[in-house]
Formats: sequence, C-alpha cells, structure tokens
Amino acid sequence: MGKAIKRLFKSNYLFTAGVIICLFWIAAAILAPVIAPYDPIIQDLTIRLQAPSLSHLFGTDNFGRDIFSRVIYGGRYSLLAGCLTVIIAGAVGTFYGAIAGYVGGPVDNVMMRFSEMILSFPSLILAMIINAVLGSNLFNTMFALVIVAWPTYARLMRSVVLSVKENEYVTASEALGASKLRILMKEVIPNSISSVLIMATTDLGNQILMFSTLSFLGLGSAPPTPEWGMMVSDGVDYFNKFWVAGFPGLAIFTMAIGANFIGDGMRDLLDPKLRKQF
Amino acid sequence: MERLRFVGKRLIYLLIMLIGVATLVFILTKLVPGDPVTANLSQRALSDPNIVAAYKLRYGLDKPLITQYLYYMRNLFQLDLGTSIRTGNPVLSELGRCFPATIELALCSIIIAAVLGIFFGIISAIKRNSVIDQIVRAISVTGVSVPSFWLGLLVLFFFYYKLQILPGPGRLGSGYAPPDPVTGLYILDSILEGSLPKLADTLKHLILPSCVLAAFTMGLITRTTRSNLLDVMSTDYIRTARAKGLSQSKLIVRHALGNALIPVLTVIGLGLGNLLGGMVLVETIFNWPGVGQFAYQSVMSNDYPAIIGVALLIALNYMVINTIVDILYGVIDPRVRYG
Repeated sequence: MGKAIKRLFKSNYLFTAGVIICLFWIAAAILAPVIAPYDPIIQDLTIRLQAPSLSHLFGTDNFGRDIFSRVIYGGRYSLLAGCLTVIIAGAVGTFYGAIAGYVGGPVDNVMMRFSEMILSFPSLILAMIINAVLGSNLFNTMFALVIVAWPTYARLMRSVVLSVKENEYVTASEALGASKLRILMKEVIPNSISSVLIMATTDLGNQILMFSTLSFLGLGSAPPTPEWGMMVSDGVDYFNKFWVAGFPGLAIFTMAIGANFIGDGMRDLLDPKLRKQF
Repeated sequence: MERLRFVGKRLIYLLIMLIGVATLVFILTKLVPGDPVTANLSQRALSDPNIVAAYKLRYGLDKPLITQYLYYMRNLFQLDLGTSIRTGNPVLSELGRCFPATIELALCSIIIAAVLGIFFGIISAIKRNSVIDQIVRAISVTGVSVPSFWLGLLVLFFFYYKLQILPGPGRLGSGYAPPDPVTGLYILDSILEGSLPKLADTLKHLILPSCVLAAFTMGLITRTTRSNLLDVMSTDYIRTARAKGLSQSKLIVRHALGNALIPVLTVIGLGLGNLLGGMVLVETIFNWPGVGQFAYQSVMSNDYPAIIGVALLIALNYMVINTIVDILYGVIDPRVRYG
C-alpha cells in the first residue's frame, strides 16, 4: 500500500495536486491566528467594501472586515464539518450495512428499504428540512448532513459484506463457535472496510460542498462566524463587488477539487482493473 | 410476458416506496418541536378558536397518533396538501404554478449535460492518457467540485454585468409579457403564440441557469461514458470487429457506443432527479419562479405545509424517474430482467 501510494504520487499529477491543495488548507486552518493579518470578526465600517489592495489582499466586506483573514479562518469550519460528517456517516453506515449484509433475510430487506427511502429524497432538500425542523446551528447542520450521507455507505458496505461473508475464514470462525458479534467485528468488518475508506475520500469533497451550500442558504452557523458559504451569500447583494463572494467561493472550490483529486487517485489505486498500470 | 412481469414488479415497488416516503415525512413533521397548530396556522387564524378547532378536527390532532397518520394518508390520497401559511393558497396549486418553470429549466440543462458529457467522455476514452484526456478529466472534476451558487454568481457577473451579452435573472425580459399559459413551459407557449422575439428572449434567459445547473451532471456523465467505453473497447467482440478491419470511428459508433451508453442512461436519469434538488440554489440566484425557489422561501418562513408538499413532490419525481430508468434498463438489457 505504501509503495503503491508512492507510485501514485509519481504517476498521477492530479492526485499530487490534490494532496498539496488539501495540506495547504489544513495548514491555513491550524495556523490561522498566525497567518491572518486582521481579526476575522471585528468590524470597521469606515473601510467597507474596499477592493483588493496591498493592505487588504482580498478586499473588505460590507462590514469592513478583512476578507483574506475571514477566508483563512473559514477553512476551520469547512474542514471540521466535512471530516466529521464523513467519519460519523461512514461509521454509522458501516455498521448498519454490515449488520444488514451479515444477518441477511427479512432483517436485511427491511433495513435496506429504509435506507433507500432516505436516498430517494434529494439530499439538499432533506438536509434543508431537517435543519429547518431542528433550527439552524453548526451542530444541527452536521447532524442533517450525516442523516443524508450514511445510507450510501450502508449500501456499499452491505454489498461488500455479502461477498466477504462467504469466505472460508468466516466459516472457520463459525465452526470454532465464535459469536455472531465477534465474527462481525473481527472478521467481516475489517475485511470489508477498504472500499468504505475509498468512498470516504471521494465523499469528503461532496460534504464540504453540501456544508457550504447549507450555510449559503442561511442554514449553517450564525453570523458573524467566518464560514465560506455564508460569506458567498453576503456577496449576493454586492453583485458588482466581485471580491466579496469571489474569494470565499474560490476557497470552497479549491478545497472541494483538492479532495476530489485525492478521491479519484485513491479509487484508481484500488480498482483492480487499473492497478496493473502501476 | 417476462417484460410485463418485470414492469409490474417495479410499479408495485414504486407504490410501496411512495407510501414509505409519505410515512417518513409524517414522522419528520411529528418531530417538529412545539405545537403543530401554531406551526401550521397563521397568526390571524390562530386568534380564531373556530378555525383552530376546525383545523384540529380536519387533521385529527386531538386523536391518537395512528389516527392522525390515517387522516394524513387520506388527505394525501385526496391530493389535499394543506394551505401554505406564507401565501394563503393551497399548496397543490402553488406547486402546480411553480412546476413548469422547474421542468423547463431541468430539461434544458439535462440536454446540455448529456450532449456535452457524452461527447467529452468519448473523446477522452479514444485519446486515453493523452493531454486531451487529462484536460477533459480536469474539466469533469471541476464540474463536480464547483459550488453551483458561486458559479451562478460568477457567470452573472461576467456575462450579464461585465460583458452584457446575456440577460440577468428571471424567465423573461421586462419588455415582454409572459405568454398565455397553455403548458406553462415558456418555450412551447411562445411558439404556440407565434411570437418569435419572445421565444428568443426565453431561450436567452435559459442559457445561464441551465449551464450552471448542468455543470455537476455533465461531470458525472463524462466520467461514466469514459470508463464504460474503455471497458467495452477491451472486450473480445470489439477485438474481433477490429480484426475484421473496421475503422476506429465505425467501431465506436456501430459497435461500442450502444453497449457503453446503457449505464450512462442511469446516470442521466439519476442526474435529472438530482437536478430537481439542485434547483434550490440556481433558482434562488437566478430568481427563477420554480419549485426550488418556492422550497427556499418556504423553509425560510417555516411554512411547514409547503415544505412537506415540496418534499413529497420532489421525492415522487425522483422515484418515478428512477422507476422509468429501471424499466428502460430492463427492456434494453435482458440481463437486468432475469438477474
């Protein structure tokens, strides 16, 4: 695996670019207090809506806040929300799918039909409804994202488990008298998890986009939090001042494209048909 | 006979899923914190005890939960989705008003996405690992990574504000009255009216929002076409055809494309379903009076009957489209039917 990733770096430039972009945003998020020249929240109405200049690299917004500083701080929210959503949804989906696939029969049928019902709602609308019902704050937004995201993981996990459980080592465990729970935790899940991990990397970009979309619609964290999606929505009213919406949007775009490049590379790496090329 | 049974099975499955989704929506509405009466009635209606009592009776709110559920299902079967709090009109007629605008936009953008996506996918597969392939792949990843609300603002800024070559938000310029509503689709209605300038203006207004909406789906279609065509090109029957001396273009058009495009059909179907969800952003930015804008306004004003109506309509669409794709798939590819 380590060697394969090294080769991936050499042969797939888009993957390398993705890793560099993501590392850049992670570093920016961690070092935000050091990099950002101004406080992201303090307002100064005397300098509102100034075009980009040397003192304000990305210009200022309608409250006179430095957009560069806000973009640097904003990475924290998008990264945190994206990663947490993928981890929690991935974990929930993994267990759900593993149980459905391993137990099988009517249990599997009911569990899968339930997850398909959630999938039949367009994700954005469902997340909007959940957010509207629960009230909008950062926690509820992530909760809504998890609810929308887990069924995809569950379906994938189930399909993998269906083939893994036919393996001889599972039969051997059963013959030795291991409990169902033990077989699930020690044999089935560890041997099925790799495809879920790949999907998690490809999903990260999606989740970052979804999170900023909800904040753009006013269903995320409350102002004056420097959140990218919300900053773009600030720019809607100042249509001719391109920098207000332009730079935060560019940040979302680069973050999502970086995550997608990595996800694509990882998928190629584990696709047995393409692996021969490495 | 086999086909009929397959279609019948899919339709029964669709019905079960519809009931399931309606139930899920019912459960969601029961999770709304607070009193459903205050959530569903306007301030003025709340001050009238008669209206409150009538409302409780109609939805069985004084009855146990299971009775409430049966009332809810009965109302749904009678196509009674309640009254929108924000506008005061029945939700069903509001949705009927918005739906054609959304359909027009969705169809235009799925056509753009399919044509460009398949075209890019084929080029990319033929010129595999070349510079062109890399560029096309980068474009398709860009398509799935760009936030549509941001792309919308950007294209408005450049094409409308800076270059002034395309019109801004809305379905028609201010100089035109909307065509007589026959189908609700402005393209068809202005043709029926025989007004060419109106048709031209409608088409111009459709360009920016449908391209923005198409970006994501186009990326998906490009990827699917590319990978499927590559799979098919490595099969034995293509090698045989090549050995017979067929040219590359004949090989692709006559033999490979047909089989490679079957999975693309699914992606197009799913894409159309997803477009309806993605409408919320594009319609809000382009001030497009469709279901997406209605959904956004309803969520913003906590208009629960309207939110539920939108959720049901979009889920219904999604499932119907999926079922149609499933059936088509089964008709085209016998392996699916017997599998």
